[in-house]
This record gives sequence, C-alpha cells and structure tokens, in this order.
Amino acid sequence: MVPTIFPTCPNPPRTSRHVMMYYSRLRLLGVAGICLIGVLLCLPNFLNAPSSSLPWRQVHLGLDLRGGSYLLLQLDIQSLEHDRLQSLQDQARQALLDKSLGYRDFQHDDKSASLSFAARSDAELASDLEAMKALPAAVPGEFTVAQKDGRIVLALQHDAMLARAREAVAQSIEIVRRRIDATGAIDPSIAREGDDRIVVELPGVSDPERIKTLLGTTAKLTFRLLAANPNEAGPGATMLDDEETHGKLAVQDHVDVDGTALTNAGAVIDEQTGGWAVTFKLNSAGAQSFANVTRTNVGKRFAIVLDNKVIEAPNIISPITAGSGQITGGFDARSASDLALLLRAGALPAPLSVIEQRTIGPSLGAASIHAGVISLGVGFLLVVVFMVLFYGRFGLYADVALFANLILMLAILSLFQATLTLPGMAGMLLTLGMAVDANILINERIREEVKRGRAPLQALQAGFERATSTIIDSNATAFLAHVMLFVFGTGPVRNFALTITIGIITTLFTTLVLSRVLVVRWYALARPKELPV
Amino acid sequence: MLSRPLFRFVRDDRRINFMRGRHMGLIVSAVLSIASVILFFEPGLKLGLDFRGGVVVEAQTPAVADFGQLRTALEHAGIHPDTVQAFGSPRDVRISISAPQGADREAQTQKLVDGVKNAITQAVPGTQVLRADAVGASVSSELFRDGLLALGFSLAMILIYIWFRFEREFAISAVVTLILDLTKTIGFLAITRFEFDLVMVAALLTILGYSTNDKVVVYDRIRENLRKYRTMPLRELLDLSINETLNRTLGTSMTVFLAALPLALFGGSTLTGFATVMLFGIVVGTSSSIFIAAPLLLLMGEKRLRREVPMTSQD
Repeated sequence: MVPTIFPTCPNPPRTSRHVMMYYSRLRLLGVAGICLIGVLLCLPNFLNAPSSSLPWRQVHLGLDLRGGSYLLLQLDIQSLEHDRLQSLQDQARQALLDKSLGYRDFQHDDKSASLSFAARSDAELASDLEAMKALPAAVPGEFTVAQKDGRIVLALQHDAMLARAREAVAQSIEIVRRRIDATGAIDPSIAREGDDRIVVELPGVSDPERIKTLLGTTAKLTFRLLAANPNEAGPGATMLDDEETHGKLAVQDHVDVDGTALTNAGAVIDEQTGGWAVTFKLNSAGAQSFANVTRTNVGKRFAIVLDNKVIEAPNIISPITAGSGQITGGFDARSASDLALLLRAGALPAPLSVIEQRTIGPSLGAASIHAGVISLGVGFLLVVVFMVLFYGRFGLYADVALFANLILMLAILSLFQATLTLPGMAGMLLTLGMAVDANILINERIREEVKRGRAPLQALQAGFERATSTIIDSNATAFLAHVMLFVFGTGPVRNFALTITIGIITTLFTTLVLSRVLVVRWYALARPKELPV
Repeated sequence: MLSRPLFRFVRDDRRINFMRGRHMGLIVSAVLSIASVILFFEPGLKLGLDFRGGVVVEAQTPAVADFGQLRTALEHAGIHPDTVQAFGSPRDVRISISAPQGADREAQTQKLVDGVKNAITQAVPGTQVLRADAVGASVSSELFRDGLLALGFSLAMILIYIWFRFEREFAISAVVTLILDLTKTIGFLAITRFEFDLVMVAALLTILGYSTNDKVVVYDRIRENLRKYRTMPLRELLDLSINETLNRTLGTSMTVFLAALPLALFGGSTLTGFATVMLFGIVVGTSSSIFIAAPLLLLMGEKRLRREVPMTSQD
C-alpha cells in the first residue's frame, strides 16, 4: 500500500509498518510551535526585559565565564563534638549533684568523642547509669551510656552528630549569607553540599581573601571572669591565648554572657586613646546578666573572649548596667569594622574552613566566553558547510534542524535557568556534531534504496523507517552514559553532562521530527522524479 | 546546486577489501594498546589540579614575564613552587605548587594561594591574576574517587546496553574493541602530558559513547546482511557491510571531528587538552569499528555468528 500524500489530509490513514509520510495541519503547527517557543525562550538571553511582568528567564553564566570565586567550606564536626561533650559534661555533673551521687576523675576524650567518670563506689554504679540515661538528648540516640571497668562512659554517636552537623550547616548558611551580604558582594549563591559542607559562589569577586577571612572566623564572643589564679589552669578554668600581651591567661569555663545576647555592634574611634574600638549593645536578658556579674565582681578582671582568644581583660571598675560596652584591643579601621560585622551577623555554630577555592579573574572569564562563542560558531559553520557539500538539499534541511537544535538547547537551559560553563559549551558543540549523524544515517539509507531501484517515495519511507531504530539506539547509549556522568560527576563534568543530556533530547526531536517534516513537505510540494541523494 | 551532493568519501560501488588487512589491524592495535598500558605505569598520567590537590595560579604580567624574578619573589615569601612556566602568550605565567603535607595541610593550601597572589602582584606591579585555584588534599582525593565512579558507572551502562543490544559474540567483540580504544586514549594522554582531570574524564566517556555508537551501526548492518545473504562467506560479508556503511562512518566521524576541531584550536587552556584528546578518540573509535571490531567477528567464526542470528526469511 502506498499512502497518498496530501499536505493537509484530515484523517491520515495509519499503518503500523510505515513511517508517517504526511503531516496534518495540526501536527505541522505543533512542530512550528515548538520551534517558535524555543526562539521565544531564547530571547531573554539577548534582549532586556520589555516589561517587568514578563517571566524573563536567562541562562546563568558559570563562574568560569563571568569571573568570580568559588569556595567550598567544611564544617568542623570535631569542634561541634567538642562543644557538645563540654555541655554534656556540665549536664552530667549537674544531674549527679541533683541526685547527690558522687563522681571522680571526669575525663573527656575528643578522639573517641566520649566522656567518662568513675563512680564514688561500686554501689552507686547502677544509680549513676540510671541518672546518665535520663539525661536529655538534643537529637534521638545522640549518645550511648555504658559501664566499663567501674567507670561510666558516655559516647556521642556518629549518626546523631551528622544530624547535628546538618543542623549546624543550615544555621551557618544563614550566617554566611549575612556576612557576605554585609561585604556588598553582588548575587552570591550559598548552598549546602553533602552533610557538612557549604558551597559559596561569588560572581565578580576576583579577590576573595577578605571573604575567606570573614568566613574563617567563628566569631564566638563570650564574657567570662578570669580564674582566681590567672597564671594557672585550675578546675573549671582553661588557659587561653591573650592577644594583648601575647601570653596566656587562665579564664573560667563558665560563660557569663555570650554573643547571642548582642543586638548591635559598630566600629568607632575610642575617644580616650584615639584608636579604633568596637561598641556593642546587649538585649535585656544579656544586660541583666552583665549587670549582675559586674556588680558582684567589682575589682576583678572580666575577659572578653573571641574564638577562644582573649581580646582584652579589663578590670571591672564599677557595675555596668547600661547593657552596652566597648571592646578595645589594638584594632585598625578594617579589623574593627570586620569584627563589628561578624558580631552583627552572629557566630557560626562551629568553625568553617575553606578546603577548595577556585577564582577566575574577569579578563580570563571574558576570554573564555570569547573562546566558547568562537568555537561554537566555527564548529557550527564547519558542520553546516560539510552537510550541504556532502548531502545537498537534504543536508540543508539537516542544517535547518541543526540550527533549531541549538535554539532548543539554549531554550531548555534558559527555561530552567541552568548554568552554562565552558565545558557546557563544549557539550553543546559536540551534541551538534553528533546530531547530524541521524541525518547522515537516513540519507545514506535513502540513497541505498534509490540505488536498489526503489521509487522516491518508497526510498524515503524505507530510509526513515530503517534508520529510526539505529538513531534511537545510538542516542540511548549516549543518554545513559551522560546521565550517569551527571549523577556521579562533580563540577565542570556535571555541566558538560547536563548540556549533552539536554542535547540528546532536542536531537531526537530535530532529527526524527523536524528534519523529516522538512523533507516530507518538500516532497509533497515538489513531487520530484528523483531524490537529491 | 542542491539537487545532488557535491562530494562523497567513497563511490557507492567501491568495494575495499578491508579483511585482507585484518591481521595487520589487530597486531597494530594490540601493540599500541600494550605500549599504552606500559605508558600508563611509566611515566604515568600527569594528574591535574582536581586530582592531585595543591595550588595553581595563572597570571598575566604587564610586560614579558621574567620567570626568574617571579621565582625569587616567591622563594622570598617562603613559597617553593614546583613549576613556574609560560602558557599561551609570553606574558602569561602559570605557577603550580603541590599540596603541602602535614596536619594543618588544608589551611596551608588556602594560605598558599593568597601568598602566591600577594607575592607576584607585589614583585611585578600591574600583574593580573587570571586564575587562582587551591584544592585541598581531602577534596582532591574525593574528586578522584567521584571521577572514577562516574567513569565506572557510565562504562557499566554502556556495557549493559551492549549486552542487551547484541547477541553474545557481537557483545564480546564490541567490549574488547572498546577496551582497546580506551587504553590507546590513555596512552595518548600519557604521551602528550595533557593533565588528567575531571574534564578529561568527560572526554574519555564521550569517546567511548561515540565509539559504541559507531560499532552499533556497523554491527547492525552485519546482522542484517547475515540474514540477507545466507550463503555468502563471512569474510566477504563483513567487507560488504563495512563498505556499505563506510560513507556514513566517515561522514559522522567527520562532523564530530569538525565540531571538536575549533575547541582544540580556540578553546583556551581549559578545553585544548579535552578537545585534542577527543579528536584522537574520534580517529581511534572510527578506525577500530573497521579494523578491529569486524575482524574480531571473523575470528569468532562463521558458524557461531550464523547460529546467533535467527534465520528469518525475508527479502
């Protein structure tokens, strides 16, 4: 059966064996519509929005193209564990005191993330165990309680600590955002990665040194009294570095007021010394505690501790009840304003450290865009010329489809506001090179059928039919491989895999539908006696 | 002008006797692959920053770069670079430092990158930092693991696909051919000293995908012909199949080659290596379809192949 070709056949006869050789008006409109939508979706990348109410979605240029910095921050889980052990120890002591149970030799071991103590007597072991099990956990199953060689051992659990790390990362992202916003960086992107990492992308920031310093500071501010003997660590006191004298000072572990009570901070010039200082203001609860401590400890030294370093330890001359104060500690303009910024933004729940940095200067970014666009243009042109020279009219149709392919790829990337990097552009170009494979397969097949003496229509039909499974096959392999690459890959590889994966989808449309429509329409209108193959 | 193609790679009635060169093809391929495996161990691949960790700073000096001066400035700042070398124009300099060792190495790596930037901008005022990357040891080992995982999983997908797509004899020959392709590409990487990094993993995979695609087309034609010409000697049949698909094979490899060529020429430092390896892989993948994949089938033997392909009556 040879189906007759009418461009607008209202009810095309369908047979399962034959590839469609006619397209209803609706179908043609559909194909044209998809192409038109593709063009429209691409427009935002080249034009300014005519009205703010229009959804104007653009492809984001990757940092390698626009210039900027990428920082990968790692949350210090060990410090989180250390802090938790510290508070757990306080809780445990308090619980034992409340039940009037005795304890000896409290030890805490950061390596195994555990803490242990000896019972006063073996008779109390059971009650000790009971009391420890009753301690409130921050997250379910946070720690285990066991008895070993007459000692009670509390061990933090890794999974629970990971859960806490995730929580800490969520808090940190907020604080990191506030700190970065305060530096005036434009359009930063801050996102979690994995359990304990944060990715920071700073477009246009070609010197991230200051931001690295800001993010590398935990900014945990505490006000604590010095130990009775400031030269020796006793029970409940720790030796800390003293920034003023570069010596060491014993400071009580008990925190009287901490940075969470701060409502504001600013850099000012100290009227007495003429140097820079940081003023702070406390909320009412903080002001209350501050007043209480200073009232009962007049004459003693009160240490201002930032990230386990004593900035200064002035004498309390008189009770401070106003809920505000001033830190002087050898600041210059930059360090005073940075500290004020950090205090305003709040402390990180645990230290962050930069473990990967990638910075692209603006000139290299511009050069990369240039390289990408030139390569894309030249590559596209070479393929287009090749196809016309080697496949004539059908090659030209393949080229039209190829152009549509490029538009559709860009359209999908714009629609999802995806990022485009230099490897991504390479992926687009390789997609274009591979895409015409489908046209080549079809054309070669049609040519063979013609050589075998088939009439033009049957030759076209046979060509499309036989090539289709091969085309789907070869694209399926590439699709699977690149989806895997996208899922397991990182960084530049992901973007490359993404554009290729999108490209395979658009290729199936442009080669199996669009270029076929072009050929079929041409055939229907021209009714050639011979095919140009 | 468009009524007919202007060029063809080979005339349609041309019958090249490829199978005559089959032993030569297999021997050359085996030798190259063995040499590549040796090169993989000695001198080995040059790992890129992604996989080895450390610091790379690329900068452009206002005048022709004075490497001695830069090196001295760095040494003065207590930084001992592994290499200070030119790349691109004579004004461009690339400073590379391997990851520091020791307990505090992550923080040290990050300090190094700022140290290098400060040292060179102070030594040569007006120097522009083009790129400053610092990858900590933990990250680089993870990237390496992830890169191999990505490569492994993608490779597994390709193999599973081949397994389902072909009968056993075809699948085995295809996989053997792909392994030969892959080893040669790795050998090429070892010789050219292009850095093996994440982008290169993507290149290897794309080459494998392309090569698989090429084998699918040739094998499909062989299977079709096995059904069609049931009495034709296998050797003749393989030659016929290769010749029939030759224009397509050369055409597609040409378009992919043309697409990758500008990347190799204008792609800049990031993509030159990637694209050059791609170009090599396209040549290898195309020639292996003809000279390796088909002769391997001939080695498998006619009987087994004909048994594998069901004898349906058609044409």
